[in-house]
Amino acid sequence: MEAAMGLMRRIPPKHTETALSALLTLLPQHSSDLLSQVDQPLQVLCDTDSGKEFILCEYNRDADSFRSPWSNKYHPPLEDGALPSEELRKLEVEANDIFAIYRDQYYEGGISSVYMWEDDNEGFVACFLIKKDGSKTGHGRRGYLQEGAWDAIHVIEVGPDEEGTAHYRLTSTVMLSLTTSNESSGSFNLSGSIRREMNMDLSVQEGHLCNMGRMIEEMESKLRNSLDQVYFGKTKEMVCTLRPPAEVVMRLPDSS
Amino acid sequence: MADEEEAELSEKQKKEIAKWFLLNSPPGEIQYVAKDVKAILNDEELYKEAASESFPLYNKSHMISLELPCRAGDVIITSYGEINENEYLDPRTAQVAIVDHIKQVCTEARPALDEELPSPYIEEFRCALDAEILKYIGEAYPKGVCSVYCGKGKDVEGPGSDFELVVVISATRHSPQNFCNGSWRSVWTIEFKDEIQILEFSGKLQVGAHYFEEGNVQLDAKHECKDSTVFQSPEDSAISIANIIRHHETEYLASLEASYSNLPDTTFKDLRRKLPVTRTLFPWHNTLQFSLTRDITKELGIGK
Repeated sequence: MEAAMGLMRRIPPKHTETALSALLTLLPQHSSDLLSQVDQPLQVLCDTDSGKEFILCEYNRDADSFRSPWSNKYHPPLEDGALPSEELRKLEVEANDIFAIYRDQYYEGGISSVYMWEDDNEGFVACFLIKKDGSKTGHGRRGYLQEGAWDAIHVIEVGPDEEGTAHYRLTSTVMLSLTTSNESSGSFNLSGSIRREMNMDLSVQEGHLCNMGRMIEEMESKLRNSLDQVYFGKTKEMVCTLRPPAEVVMRLPDSS
Repeated sequence: MADEEEAELSEKQKKEIAKWFLLNSPPGEIQYVAKDVKAILNDEELYKEAASESFPLYNKSHMISLELPCRAGDVIITSYGEINENEYLDPRTAQVAIVDHIKQVCTEARPALDEELPSPYIEEFRCALDAEILKYIGEAYPKGVCSVYCGKGKDVEGPGSDFELVVVISATRHSPQNFCNGSWRSVWTIEFKDEIQILEFSGKLQVGAHYFEEGNVQLDAKHECKDSTVFQSPEDSAISIANIIRHHETEYLASLEASYSNLPDTTFKDLRRKLPVTRTLFPWHNTLQFSLTRDITKELGIGK
């Protein structure tokens, strides 16, 4: 398992799916560990009842079917598929509605889905998913990207209400790939995946949805920022170490 | 019988998977990948087979450079200098390096045979170009290596026939302690067209970088370009070739920098904005308003 995770840290993120299926073939005995520890690009299915698309993940899967957050039905149909309690389903419906607006404001397109389920210690778990195709043929408003994918997975474990506060544990992963391509500068692809955790104890006065939403918003901004500033920045630094820009080279004789 | 066949197929499959991982190693990381692949396969024989098939391909496509014995400089492992799988010509020293692909070292060297080297006529062009490219590499790449090979027509004895020189530039930087590795590779093929007295260029540039501190982010950039100039004496050709290469590579670096500086406000924005379209944080505390606005947009038919 350790070696498998080591490989996932090195294989180009755009090959994650191939790498994961390769590891599953080699290590069938670790398949459940692999599936839970390796994040893979999100898949989408169309809810035949509502006509809307929803995102697939381990958390809305039962056997080979996936539950749609819009109709609460499994696709393909499944009898006795696991469903959240009535109360939790109410929160799930609300979360899906609000999160779709949040998603539209930040992503100007894309697909989102929220799933919730009860956990063993009186709390519940919620999974917020966003998938955005930012390419010019997808939902790229500005049309700069030949290819552009952003997949965000936020899993929040919400502890039981204790004297008006609850513990929230958020684990977020962002996977992205963007490619620009033109004749004068060739193809330029950056791909990556990062995962971070955030823990908070918050008053439940304003409601779980409000708390979870704020945490996700803060986390997404952090992840976007560190990808942009730190991760992309480091690869740029590397390029400029390999071949320093001309002005650096030319400045040397002048500076004397 | 069927079981045996199945087992055999899966052996083959396993090896193919191992090779896939090895060949997709980022610059400078194949040894680390190999360690993990070996652990996962848990089959010494199978690993050896996969490694012996993958390392030569990886070493050539990444154009790794190996130190020649006796401090004679570096030899670049490329298909242009390949004599056989384990022997690579270093045209500058006219030495042939014998390499151990899996250890990624040059174990010994031998002088090149006459038939492995170009004719004196070609060598004059090659040698002059090598000197100019060396000068350029020294200025532009802090840790670059280069080689000039004769691609075609190495036995051409004098004017009247076409030939081809190939300039290979490879620069790598490995700093695993900083979780960062990268490589720059360029291959310039220059066709010397005798009849029309023109030199035709085609360049292939490839830049990769990997940053993996608590994450995995990789750059993969490629570019191809073409150019031409007039056929001159070996020395004058060398100078103009080096200038053209310098020009294109400088431009390419500038375009890479431009791609990076376009990220925050244009390209990355198409994936996710820094702030919502409203330019304020999302009003989680007051989401009731949305059910209202949503009903209105629906009614007015202005929704998407």
